[in-house]
Amino acid sequence: MGNHRQILLKNIDHPDQHTVAGYESRGGYSVIKKAMGLDPLAVLEEVKKSGLRGRGGAGFGTGQKWSFIPRNSGKPIYIVQNADESGPGTFKDRLLLERDPHLVIEGQLICAWAVQSNFSVIYIRGEYGYPYIRIQRAIDEAYAKGYLGENIFGSGFTHHMIVHRGAGAYICGEETALLNSLEGKKGQPRLKPPYYPAAIGLYDCPTVVNNTETLAACVAILENGGEWYAAIGTEKSTGTKLISASGHINKPGIYEIEMGYPLLQFIEEECGGIWKGRNLKGVMPGGSSFPILRADELAGVNIDYESLSKAGSHVGSGGFMVMDDHTDMVEAALNVAHFYAHESCGQCTPCREGGHWIEKIFGRISKGGGLPGDVQLVESICGQVAGHTICAFGEALAWPAQSFIRKFPEEFRGRISEAREGRVISRESMNADVGGSH
Amino acid sequence: MSAAAAQRLTEIKKRYPHPHSAVMSALYLAQEELGVIDQRGIQWVSEQLEMAPVHVQEVATFYTMYYKQPVGAYHFQVCRTLSCALRGSKHLTEHLKKRFHIKPNEVSADGKWSYEEVECLGSCGTAPMCEINDTYFENLTPEKLEAIIQRIEKEKPELRLSTLTDSLGDGLQGQPKSEVR
Ligand SMILES: Cc1cc2nc3c(=O)[nH]c(=O)nc-3n(C[C@H](O)[C@H](O)[C@H](O)COP(=O)(O)O)c2cc1C
Ligand code: SF4
Ligand code: FES
Repeated sequence: MGNHRQILLKNIDHPDQHTVAGYESRGGYSVIKKAMGLDPLAVLEEVKKSGLRGRGGAGFGTGQKWSFIPRNSGKPIYIVQNADESGPGTFKDRLLLERDPHLVIEGQLICAWAVQSNFSVIYIRGEYGYPYIRIQRAIDEAYAKGYLGENIFGSGFTHHMIVHRGAGAYICGEETALLNSLEGKKGQPRLKPPYYPAAIGLYDCPTVVNNTETLAACVAILENGGEWYAAIGTEKSTGTKLISASGHINKPGIYEIEMGYPLLQFIEEECGGIWKGRNLKGVMPGGSSFPILRADELAGVNIDYESLSKAGSHVGSGGFMVMDDHTDMVEAALNVAHFYAHESCGQCTPCREGGHWIEKIFGRISKGGGLPGDVQLVESICGQVAGHTICAFGEALAWPAQSFIRKFPEEFRGRISEAREGRVISRESMNADVGGSH
Repeated sequence: MSAAAAQRLTEIKKRYPHPHSAVMSALYLAQEELGVIDQRGIQWVSEQLEMAPVHVQEVATFYTMYYKQPVGAYHFQVCRTLSCALRGSKHLTEHLKKRFHIKPNEVSADGKWSYEEVECLGSCGTAPMCEINDTYFENLTPEKLEAIIQRIEKEKPELRLSTLTDSLGDGLQGQPKSEVR
C-alpha cells in the first residue's frame, strides 16, 4: 500500500473530531491564530508557494486566484465555499463536512484573513442534510468560541459565515451559476468575461469561490509552510488529493493520496483490485465530466494533473469511477449522457439540444435501433457543443460522450450492425450485474 | 402559512447582504408547511421577500427539490447515476415498483409512498443508495431496502431534516457514514 501522508484525513477517524472541543484538542484553530499574526499578503504568499490547485475540478492555482481580488475597490469582499458536490462519482467534500467541519471553517478563515473578507458563505447541495446539520452546528460552536464574529482573537477583525442550502441542480456547482443561485435567481451560469467572480462576483462584488477540499488544505499549508506542501506530490501537482473511488472495485471509499501516485497501483492496492476477480475495462479518473481511459492506456499513468492530461483525461474532482470487463459501454455512455441531458440549464442551444440528442442516439443504439451513421453523428454533435457554450458544462457533456465512442468504437458499431442484420442479442443491461455489495 | 414560518424567514433574511438571497430558504419553509410548492407558497414567498411572483416561480421550477406535485409521506429517491448503476441501482427501483404498485412520481393510494430516480447524490462509494425524505440509506440491496420499508411501517420515523439528529446512529435515524479508506 502506498504510504501516503494524511493531511486532510489525519484526524477523520476521531469520533469527536466534529466537535469544537475535539478539534481544538488536536491543535484546531491554532493555525488561524498564527496566520492572523502575519500580514494577510504573507498568508497569501504561503498559499501561492504551496502550488495548491483548486480541487473542485478545474485545477486553477489557489494563491493566484486569491491574488486577483482587488483590495481597494471600496466594495465588500466575499468568499463562497463551493460545497455543491454534485458531479457524478464525487463524494469527498461530504466526508470533510460531516467528520471534520471545523477544518473546513478554519480553512475558510485563512482565506478570509488573506483577502480581508468579512463575510463568507458555504453553499452546500440541498440533498446533503446530515452534512448540513454538522457544518451548521460547527459554525454555531465557532461563534460561541469567538472564532467567528467580531474581533476574532482580539484582533479587531470581523468575519461572519453562513451556510446556504442548494435545492437540487447540478449546474449550481459551476461557480457563476452558484452565485446567481445565492443571489436568489435561477442557478444559470454567467458569461465569462466579464463575470469572473474575482472582479464581479456575489452582488457584483469581488468574490473568491473555492471548493471545500481546497480551503481545507490551506490549514496544513499555513501550519507547515507553502514550501513543505510544494515538496509533496509532483512539480505541477503538489500536495495530496482526496480520491472518491467507486464502481467495480473491492473497496470503494475515500482515499487521500499523494499526487503522482501510479493509477494502476491505486486500483490494486488502495481499492483492493477489481471486484469478483474480474479485469479492469476502463476508468473515469476525474469524475464523469472528463474522458474515460481504457485499461490498456493506463500503464505508466499517474494520478496528477500532468500525467492524466497527457493520457487524455484529467484529475478533475477526483471522482474515480471504475468499470470491470463485464461493463456494457453503450449502457455506461447512455447513463452518463442521460445525466447531462437532464442537468443542462437550458441557456445555450448547443448544450440544451445536443445533450438530449446524444442521449437519444445512445438510447437507440442500446435498444438495437442504432443507425449506420450514428457514431459519426455523435462525434459531430460533440464537436458542435464543446467550445460553443456559456459554461464548461458543454465540454463536460461532450468530452465523455466522445471518449466512449472513441475508446470503445467496436462496441457501438457492433451493436449497430447486429441490429441492422436482425441479430439483436438480448443483453443483460449492466444494471443486472450486481452482487458485490450484498 | 404560519406566523412562526414568517418569523423564521425574518431571521434568515437578516443573515444575507440582500434579502432576495433568502428565496431558497423561504421556499423550503413553504414546502415544509404545505407539502408542495403551489400558488399559495409562491404567493407567500413573494409577499415576504417583496419579489415578483413570476420571479419566485422561476426559482421554484428551476430546482428539483421543490415539489410541484405532492409526494408520499415517504418519498424514495433512488440514485440512478453511473456508480450506483454499476452496482445495481435498477434492482432497487424495481423493488419499489413492485412493492408499492406505482410508477415513478405517482403516490400510493394511502398517500404514504412515492419514489423517483434521481441523479448522483454524492454517495457513490456506498452505492447503490436511496434517499428517503431527507435521509440517506447506503450500501443497499433490495432485501435491505425491504427491511427499511418494514421498519418505517412499524416505527413511522419522519426522516426529515428537522428530525435528523447529530448522532452517528445505525438505525433509521440516518446512516451518515461516507466510508473512509
Ligand atoms: C458544470 C460544472 C459543475 C461544477 N461543479 C462543481 C462542484 O460541484 N463543486 C466544486 O467545487 N466545483 C465545481 N465546479 C467548478 C467551479 O466552477 C469552480 O471552478 C470551483 O468551485 C472553484 O474552486 P477551486 O478552485 O477550489 O476548485 C463545476 C464546474 C462546472 C463547469
Ligand atoms: S453550457 Fe449548458 S449548462 Fe452551461 S450555461 Fe450553457 S446551457 Fe447552461
Ligand atoms: S452515482 Fe449514485 S450516489 Fe453518486
